[in-house]
Amino acid sequence: MSITHPGFPDPVQDSQACFRAVLDAMARPGQVHTVTALDPPPMLDAATAAVLLTLADADTPIWLDQAAMAARDWITFHCGAPIAAATAATLALALEPVRLDAFPAGTDDAPELSATIILQVAALGRGAAFELSGPGLAAPAILEVDGLPAGFVAEWAANHALFPRGVDVILCAGDRIAALPRTVQIRQAWFGKA
Amino acid sequence: MSGYNFAYLDEQTKRMIRRAILKAVAIPGHQIPFGSREMPLPYGWGTGGIQVTASILGPPDVLKVIDQGADDTTNAVSIRRFFARTAGVATTTRTVDATIIQTRHRIPETPLHEGQILVYQVPLPEPMARLEPSRAETTRMHGLQEYGLMHVKLYEDIARYGRVANSYDFPVMVNGRYLMSPSPIPAFDNPKLHMSPALQLFGAGREKRIYAVPPYTAVRSLDFDDHPFRAGRAPGICALCGADDSYLDEVVTDDQGTRMFVCSDTDYCNERAAAAAIQGNAA
Amino acid sequence: MAYVAVKGGERAIDAAHAWLAAERRGDPAVPALTTAQIAEQLGRAVDRVMAEGSLYDRELAALAIQQAQGDLIEAAFLLRAYRTTLPRFAYGRPVDTAAMLAIRRVSAIFKDLPGGQVLGPTYDYTHRLLDFALPDAPAAPAEVDAEPQPLAPAFGILGQEGLVEPDEAKSDDAPGDLTRDPLAFPAARDVRLQALARGDEGFLLALGYLTQRGYGNNHPFVGELRVGEASVEIEPPELGFAIDIGDVVLTECQMVNQFTGSRTAPPQFTRGYGLCFGHSERRVMGMALVDRAMRGAELGEPAEAPAQDVEFVLSHCDNVEATGFVEHLKLPHYVDFQSELETVRRMRADAEGTSK
Repeated sequence: MSITHPGFPDPVQDSQACFRAVLDAMARPGQVHTVTALDPPPMLDAATAAVLLTLADADTPIWLDQAAMAARDWITFHCGAPIAAATAATLALALEPVRLDAFPAGTDDAPELSATIILQVAALGRGAAFELSGPGLAAPAILEVDGLPAGFVAEWAANHALFPRGVDVILCAGDRIAALPRTVQIRQAWFGKA
Repeated sequence: MSGYNFAYLDEQTKRMIRRAILKAVAIPGHQIPFGSREMPLPYGWGTGGIQVTASILGPPDVLKVIDQGADDTTNAVSIRRFFARTAGVATTTRTVDATIIQTRHRIPETPLHEGQILVYQVPLPEPMARLEPSRAETTRMHGLQEYGLMHVKLYEDIARYGRVANSYDFPVMVNGRYLMSPSPIPAFDNPKLHMSPALQLFGAGREKRIYAVPPYTAVRSLDFDDHPFRAGRAPGICALCGADDSYLDEVVTDDQGTRMFVCSDTDYCNERAAAAAIQGNAA
Repeated sequence: MAYVAVKGGERAIDAAHAWLAAERRGDPAVPALTTAQIAEQLGRAVDRVMAEGSLYDRELAALAIQQAQGDLIEAAFLLRAYRTTLPRFAYGRPVDTAAMLAIRRVSAIFKDLPGGQVLGPTYDYTHRLLDFALPDAPAAPAEVDAEPQPLAPAFGILGQEGLVEPDEAKSDDAPGDLTRDPLAFPAARDVRLQALARGDEGFLLALGYLTQRGYGNNHPFVGELRVGEASVEIEPPELGFAIDIGDVVLTECQMVNQFTGSRTAPPQFTRGYGLCFGHSERRVMGMALVDRAMRGAELGEPAEAPAQDVEFVLSHCDNVEATGFVEHLKLPHYVDFQSELETVRRMRADAEGTSK
């Protein structure tokens, strides 16, 4: 049973530290942060588990993809988040490529009622390079990601075009995170040596 | 302080506020409703800012609290003590040393840097509240980006007074999309909102709204081509440090109405005065 | 220099708190109050603080009243700030007020009814003559020869004929909670009633009064007003059945209002509802009038008066919010005032320039 894997050693301070990493990542798109180390349940990277412990609770219906179902008991036990359909999710956890438009994008009056997608990828800081621009960035910045699904850039453009509606993405790999708020524009820069 | 959690709020409340803050950063200038809690300080005295600060604050942080630009005003003292008691974090009066600055009514004169977070206390987050008191109605206007009401108000000011009559809480457009109240900072401070390297978070406790301006985000004060935005300050120099670029308070010094002008930003003033003293000694 | 005098805020605050403590105690030659005295002998004040503080605890409410020197809004604020830190172990089941042990029950729409008109402890028929003998009154007043009793609600009688609208259909949905989730408009009746139950008594009174004077067009009758002890039950999931965890004193008001009917509903009496912690008839009557007024849209009535405007009422009925925002004007605003000063000076200079 994956619930035997622990949560944060110090829930109050560790979740605060992880939140600040997520906040800074969201405020400065593409900047890669390292989060608190912890022993994650099967299938989840440490960063993914830390972000879940930081953001998920009984008030955040969460959608899990097939692979993430392996961590279902751990999530239920440590976060108390109810499992939800994609269209009713506040949080989504995807370990495999997922369509952005499957999740709530909010309404014109309440664009905040949109999903935050926690997307676990193979690596951050190496892989395909993407050029990011928008609020949070003084000048266009490069984010290297290994493992973003094919067609992500086009899907993201559609998501960005919904603004102020749209989903936001937190990328997790190993103990690293980066974030893509809906405001960011993404351009494929070059293909890295994955 | 025993009996209460770190930084007073319980962890579930912090998570709720943290999620609201993340959405606020993702939608610059848009007001996010949140389950504002009843705090042990009165509504209108910074409960929104306090909840935001309590939700982001951690042991490595260095906190600065100002009211009217000053670290020593009673409400700033009271809020700083609240966090010293409930979170035991380091506090400072120096703008450059702070990682989090909670403010009421001012943006520090010293330019902020990357990694700093400025938390504003906001009394009325809705920029159109005085023109349309119904929250349901203004929510709809934001949804449709329908800001004619505000433009008409500013235009009528110009027709009547020859200038926009707002001298503080001057409305801004954020990232070209949302009309936003910068909180009751003097219009003099508005240009500092634009492309700031710091993250700016706004908390309104009584009105139960959180909003944000990410770093390096365009924030434009509303104006017209023939009446560009002008930021005013009292003409004069600070009697204590000689600054001619800072926002000044007018202080009455005797019964005859004698006045002097001093920097409203006490840290800026002290730093300048100290630097001048060192130069004076060296000379 | 004047500028330096504003420093030392920390010492000033400490000194203010010390002074406040001394003023609160008053003349040390006079015996100090005990919270038990307040809880026992200032019951209506305790009730108001429990209602507006949204916390049923007579001892804590008494402590808050003592700490606030009898400023009841300040006392409610103290209770609320404490309440918000309390963990929630369980949610109560709906309270059955029909089964309460009533100490008082009156109906204005029937001369008599099963169980009778029960006056109970009421000020209604006291002559408001200061009782100069009260300070020296005997320690123990005469024994009360009455038992609280369950009384069938007055409405059963009219309901059988279909003359009064029935209760809303029971719902399994969890009721809203404005202490956890921000208000959104249009607000449903559960949240409206929650806001009114802890709203400012004076505000409810004034708005209810307005509806009687034509601002809201209410034609109210007190169908029933009851005060008594009701039991609170929770149903722990691991047990699967409800257990009684204690009793609370509640006041409930069912107000009946004339309704001429609409295209979909035949003419019948509609109802406004009031319920609160403790004994406060003024509060629940005001609440019932305002509740009914806010149902105007649902009943197809023109909404023209403040009491009929849900957003207006809910945004302003909370006295902890209201007093905070009104009193915050005491805080320094000199930076904003300075900016206004400069603007007015420039406008005057402009005006002088153009008038020359």
